[in-house]
Parts: sequence; C-alpha cells; structure tokens
Amino acid sequence: MRNVFLFIRRYFNFLFFLVLQVVALSFLFRYNKFHEAAFLTVATEVTGGFNKKYNNVEYYFQLKKTNDSLAKDNVRMHQLLKENYEAPGNEKKLIVDTVKIDSLKKIQKYYFMDAKVVGSTTALQTNYITIHRGAAQNVKPNMGVVSSQGIVGTVVNVSQNYATVMSLLHRQYKVVVKLKNNNDRGTIEWDGLSPLFVTLKDIPKSVKVTKGDTVLTSPTSSLFPANIMVGTVYEVVDDKTSNFYTLKIRPSTNFFNLEYVYVIENQQYDEQKKLEDSTRKKFQ
Amino acid sequence: MSVLLKNIIRFALFILIQVFVLFKVPPLHRFITPYLYFLFILWLPFNLPRFSLTTIGFLFGLSLDYFTNTPGLHAAACTLIAYVRPFIINLLISQEGSDKNYTSPSITSMGWAPYATYVVVLTFLHHSYLVFLEWMSFGSFWYFLGKVIATTAVSLLLILVTELLFYRNEKFRTNTV
Repeated sequence: MRNVFLFIRRYFNFLFFLVLQVVALSFLFRYNKFHEAAFLTVATEVTGGFNKKYNNVEYYFQLKKTNDSLAKDNVRMHQLLKENYEAPGNEKKLIVDTVKIDSLKKIQKYYFMDAKVVGSTTALQTNYITIHRGAAQNVKPNMGVVSSQGIVGTVVNVSQNYATVMSLLHRQYKVVVKLKNNNDRGTIEWDGLSPLFVTLKDIPKSVKVTKGDTVLTSPTSSLFPANIMVGTVYEVVDDKTSNFYTLKIRPSTNFFNLEYVYVIENQQYDEQKKLEDSTRKKFQ
Repeated sequence: MSVLLKNIIRFALFILIQVFVLFKVPPLHRFITPYLYFLFILWLPFNLPRFSLTTIGFLFGLSLDYFTNTPGLHAAACTLIAYVRPFIINLLISQEGSDKNYTSPSITSMGWAPYATYVVVLTFLHHSYLVFLEWMSFGSFWYFLGKVIATTAVSLLLILVTELLFYRNEKFRTNTV
C-alpha cells in the first residue's frame, strides 16, 4: 500500500495529466449523448450572451443585406396571396374551404417562429449557429431551422434563452431531400471541403440529373415541411464504381451573413417518433 | 500590473480574439484554420508548478470549446502542450538559468533560436493532436497531413506578427539583494 502511495506521489503530474486527457476525450466522444456532462446548457447561456454583444455591433454592417433578403421574402409572400389569383368568369371562382383554414387550426402541422442569429462559424469542420431563442421561447432539440433563402440546420441543444443549431456545414449533419423534377430522394451531407458546397448522395443513376436542377426538402423528413429550397445542382460527379450519383450542391442559404432564421416546430414530431420507435422495437 | 492580473486579461483576450476575429475570417481553404489562442499557454510564467500549468491548460481549452460547441477537443490539445511545456523549456534553456532571472518565455529571456524552437515544437504538437482528434471522427490521412502542415504554417506566421506587434519587455531579475 505504501508503495502505491509513493508511486502516485512520484508520478502525480503525469497521472493528473492522464486524468485530464481522459475527461477531455470523454467530453468529446460522448458529446452527442451527454450534453449535461460538460455543463453545456449553462455554457450556452454564457457564450450566447457574449455572442449577442458581438452581434449588436456586427449587425449594423449587415443591415443592407438583411433588408434585401427580407424584402425579397415579402415579395415571395405577396405572390402567394389569394387575391392575386383572380379568374375572369364566375364558373372559375376560387373557393376556399373556410372550415379548414379558420376553425380547425389544429390541423396545422408546422409552426414557424422567427429567431435572431447571434453567433455562427463557417471556418471549422463542425459548424454551429447560436440563435437568441431558447427553451423559455418554446425551442426544443430536433427542430428544423430555415432562412428566407433555404434550409439552415437542426436545433441540437437549448438553454433558457439561447439555442445551438447544427448547421448544414457540419460533418455529422444529414438530411433527406428530393430532386424537384422527379421527386427522387437522397441524403445531403457535407464533406468538409468548402463551405460553398454540400454533397447529395443516394440518387440512383437511372434518374436524369442536369446541372442547375433544384433540390427541395422531402416530405419524409419530419423536421422540415416539404418543398423548402435546399439548393441547386452545381456539378454531377459520375462515379464509375457506384450505381449512385454524387452530386455537388450549391446551398441556397448564404451561411456567411445569416441574420434572421425561422425555427420550425413540428406539432406531431413526438407522436411520429414514438410510433416509429415502437414499431422498430416490435420487430426486433 | 501584477503577473496574475496580466494573465487573467490575456486569457479573456486570447479567447475573444480567437472566437470573434480569427474564426470569423472567411475560410481560404479547408486545410487552413487560423489558430493563435494557444500562445497564451506559451506565454505563461516560468515559475508555475506543473500541476497548475496542466489545470490552466485544460480550463483554457475548455473555455474555447464552449464557444465552438466541441467540448474536449481544444481542451485535450491544450492540456497536452501545457504538460509538455516544462520538458521543452528544460531542454532549451541555457545553463545560466534564465528561467530564474526572467518571468516568462520570450525572445529576450530565452534568445532567438531556443524561443523559436520552443514555439515551433509546441505549435506542431498542438495542431497534430487537434487534427488527429478530428481525423478520428472523420477525414483521411491526407487531410491529416495537409491540415497539420498548413495550419502550423499559418499559426507560426500569426505568432511572428503578434511577437513583433506586442513586444514583451522582460525585466532582468537578480537574486543579489
């Protein structure tokens, strides 16, 4: 026993170093499951505060671009107004089922909430965005986030007033999307090469794909409503060893000057998740 | 200004500059990430016990991690260089014992060549370990090699600029009282 103590005393610094390494590595590799382990929720609140202060200054330099994108978004919304679609004759009058729109509000599946972006990175391999809206404002993990231009990412962690969003530019981010032309589904990933491009995989070669094709969110993704813009095909890489295309996609979202995003709440997410999980359990 | 206060201010400044200036630089290439923050550990005083040096390294790295949402990544790399630092200093310091006569490592206290070696070795060690941990989760060997070399080169350039801009005047202390 005495020797053990002597050993510890002799190599105390080295052992202490090893302990710290083990702690750090366990934070790192168990990150996805153990947010509490690293006090991340508390830390998000603190770093979010710093990010907010920085953003107060940075915001003024982006005002022009933010204004432009909001104006464009408004135009798009105006185009969708029912008053724009007026047919000349009586027999083609547009009739809206008022029951569905007004009194049965419960059928709305997706709710949009606006949020201010206070911090973001694009230079790393694991990029996150911090938004100023948290658990107290109804943000929960696994909510989709879009901007006025296209999809941005998914909420992964929330504190009281802030939330961190795993952006499309994250090595572990995956989302199911579809091609607009023929509704074929594939998965979007980021290969970490350039923040200007992401990759779309799992599109079979039987499908005809050309440069410039539009990529939209798929109705099978439970995080996003269908048909939200993701990006356009920039290059079709013909991989001879595979039956699937690797498509280089230019995301429509500009990650360098995000100012406002919309957090999407899927009202039926828990229900769908529960059903899918229980089905999986049943047949295991 | 006392050494403690100076280092507390440096701690905050290095983290903030890394997060709000260097990480905001639009990426030039996937291999290049400008890192400067670990210079804080290189500038810590000579007379710190190894136990506190390792602890400071860990806490410093962890506070950067909270900004980048990667708990443990920078902490592991910083702990490593903080632990290895005393060994390198013992190897490089000359016989006169400048670690007794000066407060912290710098060009004046160690001399050009030993200080440059000290910076290069620790920078390389820091980046290798950091990129190695990244490589464990994703990436290929060429990614590892390219990123270590490119990032080390950029960091050394940044450190050179910092040393020239913020010249630290180290006072010679004698124990002949």
